[in-house]
Amino acid sequence: MSSRCLASLLIFGVAALTLSACDREERHSRSKPVGETVPAGESPDTIWPGGSVPAALDPRAKLYDNNAPAISQGQQLYMQMNCVGCHFHGGGGMGPPLMDDEWRYGGRIDQIAASIAEGRPNGMPAWRDKLTDDQIWKLAAYVRTMSGQPSKDAVGSRAEGMSTTTPATLAPREPAHSSDTAGQ
Amino acid sequence: MIVRPRAAVLALPFLTGACSYQHYQSIYGNAAAETQQFNTLFIIFLAVCAVMYAAVIAFLIAGIGRRRRSTQANVVEDGRHHESDPAMHVGLRAWAAVVGVGLVGLAIASFFADRSMASAAANEKLSIDLTGNQWWWDVQYNSADASKTLRTANELYLPVGVPVRINLHSNDVIHSFWVPSLAGKQDLIPGRDSDITIVPKKSGIYRGQCAEYCGTQHAHMALVVNVVSYADFIKWWDHQLQPAPAPAAPLTQAGYKYVTTGPCSACHTIGGTPAGGTVGPDLTHLASRRSIAAGTMPMGEGNLYGWVEDPQSVKPGNHMPTIGLEPAQLHAVVAYLETLK
Repeated sequence: MSSRCLASLLIFGVAALTLSACDREERHSRSKPVGETVPAGESPDTIWPGGSVPAALDPRAKLYDNNAPAISQGQQLYMQMNCVGCHFHGGGGMGPPLMDDEWRYGGRIDQIAASIAEGRPNGMPAWRDKLTDDQIWKLAAYVRTMSGQPSKDAVGSRAEGMSTTTPATLAPREPAHSSDTAGQ
Repeated sequence: MIVRPRAAVLALPFLTGACSYQHYQSIYGNAAAETQQFNTLFIIFLAVCAVMYAAVIAFLIAGIGRRRRSTQANVVEDGRHHESDPAMHVGLRAWAAVVGVGLVGLAIASFFADRSMASAAANEKLSIDLTGNQWWWDVQYNSADASKTLRTANELYLPVGVPVRINLHSNDVIHSFWVPSLAGKQDLIPGRDSDITIVPKKSGIYRGQCAEYCGTQHAHMALVVNVVSYADFIKWWDHQLQPAPAPAAPLTQAGYKYVTTGPCSACHTIGGTPAGGTVGPDLTHLASRRSIAAGTMPMGEGNLYGWVEDPQSVKPGNHMPTIGLEPAQLHAVVAYLETLK
């Protein structure tokens, strides 16, 4: 075997090992054990007085953020649960837009999950008893793709239906307000 | 010892043919006009091709056995082989004629089979919309009278002798409609309409199956087709149009309350109740169906318990989430679902 052939095999092997280390496809078909409610039962704060420390990110966030199956299933739920009816495909209509950098109740994944679970004033219904925790987290993971927050290798490259917006893989990452995200 | 695997291979076609239990799901089934035509066409093709194959093999054997004549050693190289032998000349013409007649015969047989299937499609008497989902079938019976339009799931009822047009759609990926005893296959392609026409000829229960790999639970995407008399069909339709009965017992009332206000109603419709989700199968007459979860399990109390409590252990990856009902809620929900006859 020539050294060139050997080198290409080596590169291929290293690439295969590197790719297998990616966890963008991590699946968990069953939701978390019963009793573990979505975002810990209370809203994470969105405003912190000067100097105080914001609440830590919910540990479950890393199961859903940057997770391709979770994001694509969240995308299906976004259509099925008619989020489109008010928020459109992120552009907003009756409800606020989800593709910009403005977050009234926080743009962190656990804050978005809390907003979906609890509902918010002026029209956003509470979904806690209609969707499971797992589904709410998946929806939150998808909502973050509209402002380009997750990494580009995890988001879906095409919409489920006809789309007039920029594909999620090309969407620019919107800088979120520092007071909302507190460095997250 | 050496013979045994060979015998097993020879027996395989017969064994797979025997798999068809009373033509429940059989590729040799002939319960509809379409499969009858296909089977006839298949036999004609098989007979013509078998005769031609036997003739070719016979000529080959004769050619191998024939002794070369020394005086004609070079006629092949000259390219004047046929001229040197008048019998060969006639034989080649006859052979070409046989091939021509055989092919024309096959084309005619295929044309008539096609034409009779197309005429069935033009005479449709019943229109059904069948939508493929991961991993279940959404069924809608259409009627000129909008109040008679009927939605159900994973089960088709068809009247004997009536041409039925099934319009095929898909909500997610490519599926394929295949009821071996009746018709198919025909693909269901997202964003594109396709259809298939069936004229059922024999009453009975037939099993269909998605025939295009569509994801992790592709194997659990079955469709039950009941072919019944026209009177029974109308009776079934009228029954399915009825809304779900109001729950009477305290247990079923508790189940009704949970199902119509809890997470179930976000995805499922139950006619006559506030539950109006369109994401999952219609449950209005769930307990009247033969199976749960698109043929995954037979309908029954124990299986309903298992399915409602943890669908992800029965059919991992399906889109019904494990909600984690408390025992009291589970008893109530299953008791209520069992009233949906």
